[in-house]
Amino acid sequence: MTETADQIFVLAKHWLLGYAPAGWQPLLSAVLSVVPVLILFPLLFAITTVLERKGLGRIQNRYGPNRVGPFGFFQPIADGLKSLTKEDIVPLTADRVVHLLAPLLLVAAAFLAYGVLPLGRNMVIANLNAGVLYFFAIGSMVELAVFMAGWSSHSKYSLLGAMRAIAQMISYEVPLVLASVVVIMQAGSLSTVTIVEQQARYIGIFPHWFVFTPWGFAGFVLFMIAATAESNRSPFDLPEGESEIIAGYYIEYSGFKFALFFLGEYLGMFATSAMAITLFLGGWSAPLSILTWVPSYLWFFLKLLALIAGFIWIRGTLPRLRMDQLMNLAWKFMLPMALLNILTVGVWHFMPAGILRWLICVVMVVVPFLVLGRGLRREKKFEVRSYRYAE
Amino acid sequence: VVGEGILKGLAETARNFLGSYVEKDRLTTVQFPEERLPQIEASRSFPFLVYDGTDWQQGMRCVACQICEKECPPKCILIEKSKDKKPDATGKAQFYPAVFDIDISVCMSCQICVEVCPFDAIKMDVDFELSTDDRFGGLLLTKDKLAKSNEYYRTIHPTEAAAVDAALAEERAKAEARAKAAAEAKPAAAAQAQPSAGGEAR
Repeated sequence: MTETADQIFVLAKHWLLGYAPAGWQPLLSAVLSVVPVLILFPLLFAITTVLERKGLGRIQNRYGPNRVGPFGFFQPIADGLKSLTKEDIVPLTADRVVHLLAPLLLVAAAFLAYGVLPLGRNMVIANLNAGVLYFFAIGSMVELAVFMAGWSSHSKYSLLGAMRAIAQMISYEVPLVLASVVVIMQAGSLSTVTIVEQQARYIGIFPHWFVFTPWGFAGFVLFMIAATAESNRSPFDLPEGESEIIAGYYIEYSGFKFALFFLGEYLGMFATSAMAITLFLGGWSAPLSILTWVPSYLWFFLKLLALIAGFIWIRGTLPRLRMDQLMNLAWKFMLPMALLNILTVGVWHFMPAGILRWLICVVMVVVPFLVLGRGLRREKKFEVRSYRYAE
Repeated sequence: VVGEGILKGLAETARNFLGSYVEKDRLTTVQFPEERLPQIEASRSFPFLVYDGTDWQQGMRCVACQICEKECPPKCILIEKSKDKKPDATGKAQFYPAVFDIDISVCMSCQICVEVCPFDAIKMDVDFELSTDDRFGGLLLTKDKLAKSNEYYRTIHPTEAAAVDAALAEERAKAEARAKAAAEAKPAAAAQAQPSAGGEAR
């Protein structure tokens, strides 16, 4: 019974495939795998926008949207209608083709990343044996789309936004990938399905998730910080910077193209969150062995919603970083931490299991954290500015 | 330790988030169309024309002197002076505005027209729900839309209206006294000036 509930979507797909002629089956199989993702995640995006606005409202002691429908939950429909009916303005001097392609590429790249994410047991579109590599390769397409948008708009603000975006995304891609290397080392595989299966084992009732190891925890935190920066979310929303450069690279976009950017950004956030779940939080596996009767896809989406809530919480808490702080954090703190973390997982791999291994690995994570943290915190000396030529 | 401040901040926002569901005092937002805050007496939106009595056409205080039209910085007032005179609320024959339009899409609510009016005929309104789907006609307030009674003025700005009423009453009393004195002085002067040729007495 629980097995059927867990595999209900897989069984439904095979049942439907049985009605198709043999020649059409591979194509139909692909369509049946892809279409649910194409429907589900935009829906999740719609729900997230309203939940985010309500959550941020509550954090600021406001109600948030509560006018459209019950408790304001039809707000995304109103927003969608608005962006659909708005005039689509393209600047006269803009490169029209690139201007049009940029949002499409962003959304396409965001959707492509879902190809390797296991949403449940046996529920993955393509089990590539280099799945993680594919994911990061596709993720770097986002930068291209962002720069296309900033460059083709032929506007100073968009170009500034695009420059910031490129600097930020390239800087944070390094710790993002290095933070996930630890999992690849421990799991010995680049396939997302294998990585999740390795974590879906239990010691007693406790799961074998990578986040419950010193290096896994450090890797998870580093990955989430880098993921926040990759998806241009607060406190790393410099490329947008409403108060500085108005909307950054999508200042010249209106109507549905703007909505596409919005969609692409959220889809990217969901994809990186899903990747964090896959790598560190055991993918679709239950948090306790006694809870394995709950269908695997429910666990996956529960974890995804929890991470999204975390993103919203962070956004409601932290102010935007300055450009030099952003770069300091990436290159002086996260990069060395990620590199040392790789060393830690090596030590973990070659030491016999036991309390000593835990102790050494915890020290190997905590000491660099404290030392590098001191470097970040180093107080700036404020003094009266002296001028060389003006006085 | 690095990140300590971040954790403190996260705790604070979590307290706000959860607290807003428990303590209603935290939510200071007034749900506008359903709930309203009491009107603040000093609030001002756009000008309106005051009339005395019950008939707005007869009781209008404006005598079409056109000072406000000339002083208006964005030039949003249009006045056409009447050719004839009509009796006002006190029965005195006065000019009246044949046309008095204020374009509130142009008006910047500076209140200069109110300050320059020697007749206390134009005052500031408090009505702010003026949105319309006709951006030209709907925002051009004509004489009939602008005219509002003195009673209405008393309800929206009680203190100010009382002061204005007192000043007007005093002025009218003075004018009446002067008129009476003039009326009394006239026959006496006429009697006194009987021998000489008239005209100088005035």
